[in-house]
Amino acid sequence: MSVLVIAEHDHNSIKPVTLNVVTAARKIDADVHVLIVGTDCSGAAEAASRIHGITKVLKCDAPELSHRLAENLAPIIVEAAANYSHIMAPASTFGKNVMPRAAALLDTQQISDIIAVHDADTFDRPVYAGNAVATVKSSDEKKLITVRGTAFDAVANDGGNSPIEDIASKGDAGLSSFVKQELSESDRPELTAAKIVVSGGRGVGSAENFALIEKLADKLGAAVGASRAAVDAGYVPNDYQVGQTGKVVAPDLYIAVGISGAIQHLAGMRGSKTIVAINKDEEAPIFGIADYGLVADLFDVVPELESKL
Amino acid sequence: MKVLVPVKRAIDYNVKVRVKSDESGVEQTNVKMSMNPFDEIAIEEATKLKEAGQVTEIVAVTIGPDKAQETIRTAMAIGADRGIHVQTDAPTDIGGVEPLAVAKTLKAIVEKENPDFIIMGKQSIDDDSNQTGQMLAALLGWAQGTFASELKIDGDKATVTREIDGGLETLELKMPAIITTDLRLNEPRYVKLPDIMKAKKKQLDTMTPDELGVDYTPRLEVVKVAEPAERVGGGKVADIDELIDKLKNEAKVI
Ligand SMILES: Cc1cc2nc3c(=O)[nH]c(=O)nc-3n(C[C@H](O)[C@H](O)[C@H](O)COP(=O)(O)OP(=O)(O)OC[C@H]3O[C@@H](n4cnc5c(N)ncnc54)[C@H](O)[C@@H]3O)c2cc1C
Ligand SMILES: Nc1ncnc2c1ncn2[C@@H]1O[C@H](COP(=O)(O)O)[C@@H](O)[C@H]1O
Repeated sequence: MSVLVIAEHDHNSIKPVTLNVVTAARKIDADVHVLIVGTDCSGAAEAASRIHGITKVLKCDAPELSHRLAENLAPIIVEAAANYSHIMAPASTFGKNVMPRAAALLDTQQISDIIAVHDADTFDRPVYAGNAVATVKSSDEKKLITVRGTAFDAVANDGGNSPIEDIASKGDAGLSSFVKQELSESDRPELTAAKIVVSGGRGVGSAENFALIEKLADKLGAAVGASRAAVDAGYVPNDYQVGQTGKVVAPDLYIAVGISGAIQHLAGMRGSKTIVAINKDEEAPIFGIADYGLVADLFDVVPELESKL
Repeated sequence: MKVLVPVKRAIDYNVKVRVKSDESGVEQTNVKMSMNPFDEIAIEEATKLKEAGQVTEIVAVTIGPDKAQETIRTAMAIGADRGIHVQTDAPTDIGGVEPLAVAKTLKAIVEKENPDFIIMGKQSIDDDSNQTGQMLAALLGWAQGTFASELKIDGDKATVTREIDGGLETLELKMPAIITTDLRLNEPRYVKLPDIMKAKKKQLDTMTPDELGVDYTPRLEVVKVAEPAERVGGGKVADIDELIDKLKNEAKVI
């Protein structure tokens, strides 16, 4: 049977992580469909129909779907599931929120955050903050899976021309409603998709000092990340957090500044190609996984690095 | 109002977990165990609501081996009034009973206890599943407010601020609802000795999965548990000039 990918989108366009999920889906079956659930979401559906290797797009367009409330989305996924052996979504806060709700309704034990596909039943997933990788084999009839985007390459977002089929919403469950959102505005690349990430930790010391990190990031065309300590201290917004319980990144270059390298932080960036650590404590665990460690005071060397680039 | 708080015993977050050489699981002998940190945040939040007069009773529930009773006692030392231990010796190699089975167990307990809402962790730091709260909400047909960094209870409504990928989102939930905690919801209190002593006297009931009619046969077979791809680190540079040179000419990333 075919594989259904639940797209992450903003109603008009597809979020890049969807393309990584499609790659994981194609390792299971060649027949991959994409589901767009939203409000006035033709733009996103058309973008999905252009994705390379997609054979069909399902579009569920209704007013009660504008804020992707799990209570309204899960029943749609459950109904669509009848025609699929596997249903996959990104392991983003969107996928993590809605997929287990659908899985429970289908009496299926979801497989979270996969990083490899062995066959249609068998997958690898990190456990214990990435200190171990479990290979698990599912005996459920339907597999509901969330996918770690950074573990799979993206398919091309063009070249396809698949048909778009409308499916019906299941209505408003009336359990929850949207009040407001405060999204961080930024011209920088998105953290999980950036080629370069510059992250700051508690060592940066204050929200004002974080400008040093941001200047360096802008010089490199990089995204800005942070440790939990930096977020908790209010230097940067919550969505900058990299780690076990934040975002997982795997850029070509990760620069950790004033970050000690706790297990939970490493879990979110150890897959980066090249890691640079700047820390004044030569015993800091971050140096254990850094390709290039520089033992120095960040207030001396970060401006120097920025000016010499 | 009565609140149910599921709490899980897990390897302490400070422990560097090691994979067993036969790849059957991770080393658990003589390893420090604690309450899953997100569950500590959940019990703290429930306790604060009780102190604010919004909650009258906090019931902590754990599913696990006999030792998991220690976790219930910790929850009681923070603020739980009563505890329920669902006893099982299911293997805990990658985190114990699977989220779907945990959710079914909790549903059976909800049917006995009739809580007004549930606060629980967003994620166990052993299996890193991030599923149980959402699954339980589905099984009960309740609203869900996941990854909460702020919670306000107002009669039959809960207002939840959620940590999402782009920033923050606020939802209003119809009660009864399930809230799952994120790191910034609160800072759990330090447990004092007199509270630990008092906790020993609180009521703790034990049940079995059979009594609750839940089957713990795993749906996911653990084929193996391996070390992650190794990373050779430890390289050092003397100064910024050397760093720039290496990044340009060796790593070729800038
Ligand atoms: C359940 C749970 C989940 C967690 N999830 C995450 C997560 O997802 N992501 C995450 O990051 N953390 C997470 N943590 C927290 C984690 O355990 C650490 O506490 C955190 O990563 C520490 O952040 P830090 O390295 O910035 O701070 P610290 O550990 O305090 O390190 C600061 C570093 O800055 C250095 N420094 C100070 N001044 C300077 C200077 N002038 N120049 C150079 N270096 C300097 C110091 O030498 C030190 O090494 C989690 C913890 C728990 C319990
Ligand atoms: N064995 C268990 N006993 C009690 N609560 C649990 C158990 N397993 C999971 N939970 C709860 O479910 C939350 C999410 O866990 P998980 O879905 O495993 O990541 C945890 O933070 C706990 O609140």
